[in-house]
Amino acid sequence: MKVTQTIDIKHITRVEGHGNIKISIRDGKVEEATWEVVETPRFFEAMLVGKKWENAPWICGRICGICSIGHTLASIRAVENAFGIVPTGQTGKLRLLLKHMETLQSHVLHLYFLAAPDFVNAGSVFPLIESHPDVIKRAAKIKLLANDLCDCVGGRRMHPTRTVVGGFTMLPAKGELLKFKYRLQDVVDDLTRTAELFRQFSVPDFSRETEFVSLKGSGEYPFIGGELVSTDGVVRREHEYRLMTNEYMVGQSTSKWSKLSRQSFAVGALARLNNNFSFLHPAAKELSLSFGLKPVNHNPYMNNIAQLVECVHIVMESIDLINGMLDREWQESRQRVVPKEGIGVGAVEVPRGILYHCYEFDKEGRIVRSDCVIPTSQNHANIQHDLTALAEQYAREGKKDRDIELLAQMLVRSYDPCISCSVH
Amino acid sequence: MNKHEPTQRTYLGIPVPRPKVAFFELSSCEGCQLQLVNNETTLLNFLSLVDIRAFREAMTEKYDDYTIAFVEGSVTRSDEIERLKKIRATAAVLVAFGSCACFGGVNQLKNRFQDPAWVKKEVYGSHPIETNDTARPLEDFVKVDLKIFGCPVKKEEVEKIVTNVVLGKTIVAPKYPVCMECKANENTCLFDLGEPCLGPITRGGCDSWCPNSRFGCWGCRGPAVDANVEQMQEVMKKHGFSEETMLDRLECFGGFAGHAAEMRNNIKAK
Ligand code: SF4
Ligand code: SF4
Ligand code: SF4
Repeated sequence: MKVTQTIDIKHITRVEGHGNIKISIRDGKVEEATWEVVETPRFFEAMLVGKKWENAPWICGRICGICSIGHTLASIRAVENAFGIVPTGQTGKLRLLLKHMETLQSHVLHLYFLAAPDFVNAGSVFPLIESHPDVIKRAAKIKLLANDLCDCVGGRRMHPTRTVVGGFTMLPAKGELLKFKYRLQDVVDDLTRTAELFRQFSVPDFSRETEFVSLKGSGEYPFIGGELVSTDGVVRREHEYRLMTNEYMVGQSTSKWSKLSRQSFAVGALARLNNNFSFLHPAAKELSLSFGLKPVNHNPYMNNIAQLVECVHIVMESIDLINGMLDREWQESRQRVVPKEGIGVGAVEVPRGILYHCYEFDKEGRIVRSDCVIPTSQNHANIQHDLTALAEQYAREGKKDRDIELLAQMLVRSYDPCISCSVH
Repeated sequence: MNKHEPTQRTYLGIPVPRPKVAFFELSSCEGCQLQLVNNETTLLNFLSLVDIRAFREAMTEKYDDYTIAFVEGSVTRSDEIERLKKIRATAAVLVAFGSCACFGGVNQLKNRFQDPAWVKKEVYGSHPIETNDTARPLEDFVKVDLKIFGCPVKKEEVEKIVTNVVLGKTIVAPKYPVCMECKANENTCLFDLGEPCLGPITRGGCDSWCPNSRFGCWGCRGPAVDANVEQMQEVMKKHGFSEETMLDRLECFGGFAGHAAEMRNNIKAK
């Protein structure tokens, strides 16, 4: 029998922000498959105009509660690049550690609390608290470690208070860092169990050829700054980000869309992994291969697994980072800032993909223009094209193990979209 | 039906009511909601205290029979006014959750521009986009029963407030300034380190969150009772900080909107 089905989901749940899914299939033919973004715009880029440089990271962190650290760091990097400030090695390492912990807590939140319920037919994580208490306790333990370490390095887990242009207002106590090293070593085992859990879930069988965009690693898996790369072979410098993002407006969305070599591209954990697989920590690489995840993987649902792989990489690298800090005397935490006229770009890999902040300053360090390109806005067009292809596959092949209504929501959730961030 | 009907809580054998609560967000970073799930040690205890009827960020099911509504974010588009009024009509207690909801938060920074059309054009060019000219706090549209300040809110404070609501106790936000907490925490004053700080005029309750990190207060919780803004300005001036530095902090979260507007006009007049 030919499929006939209509789906109209207003404000999809367990994602950050507001988006709608509409699918209409009649007699095996897709009449409509739409990903709508209805979030209200907040106009951050206008708010900043006329403000002095020190406002930028503090205000821009508020673009998003989940990745406030990533926004703060991208903003700081943009200001520093504009003023010609090069962060010290110590500052760079502390920022990376902070960034890692944000990514860890965000990935764990997404994997356990937002994505997992779909695989066990639950509407939320709350019933799992009673049915699978050990699983939830494990997730809470990893998240708590990540958040506590964010407090220790950044002053606060959300909207951090120690991260400033030029470095840090304060440094963590070494005794604290040592304790965190033990806690990090301790969660390695919890991540192995997380992998066992996800191994029980069947990843929907779907793929669509996609271009993947991320930072380009040189010697290590990249998170803060550097060149930009796509799986279609495009390479650009950080300050040329606009050639990578090519934003435009469409009617179905209050967020901008992006494209590069094709009609759309994807950013995020899967994109990073597809572009930088060789730089993963050996333990992470091994885990990835055990899930059959190797570059270039075109199944968007595998972004969940890519996040899991990154969790392992991040924990391993964070242990090394702390070891390095414990071996050295602390240096001065903060450099002097001298404003300069000019433009600066900061590219940072946040949990959901590559994020760009760009500011133009007058000679007193006041912002003349600003631009922020958010990972989820870069993904919207790709989500749309995936959704169309998914609906077509479903219309053609009919129901397999899951209904299109669930598959479509799982697709959107696998991108871990941060919609309010994308309409900032 | 809620498949997951929680067990009745008792205290010394007496049943304790679990209020039906719901979380909603208007224009926001969703950070205040996230603060709730962000403190893993007390999260499970907190969840056992209340019956969550709607929390879109975390769950698919939703029910319209809540008593307490926590509303995060400010009002920036006309459809949000309708949503807010509906929530008001359902909830017995409406809580403005975080500084966006209490004062407009960072979103109200766009209100300072004379020309709303310019704001739209700066971000979206000629593409039409629907938005209100100004970002507004909830109380401009509905009655607000309780305000929880902060950008972000402080989880410990939220838990205390919710516990008090459950037990029917009255809730009073601190009247004293951040400075009091900062001194109790024995921090070196930021002015002595050459940094500006709004701690003397900002409402406490955050346990001097920012100064504890050697980062000056930006007034996210709005004015303390008896805040003397003029005197604050003198202190800033004495320490060599410009009016612009003071204004940036004063207008960041909307809690000092009146003072900020006045100051902006004064600077312009000069
Ligand atoms: S008050 Fe601050 S943390 Fe809370 S939603 Fe608004 S911007 Fe986010
Ligand atoms: S740092 Fe700020 S809050 Fe603390 S004592 Fe000084 S002025 Fe008051
Ligand atoms: S110190 Fe000031 S800006 Fe920081 S959290 Fe407290 S009130 Fe808000």
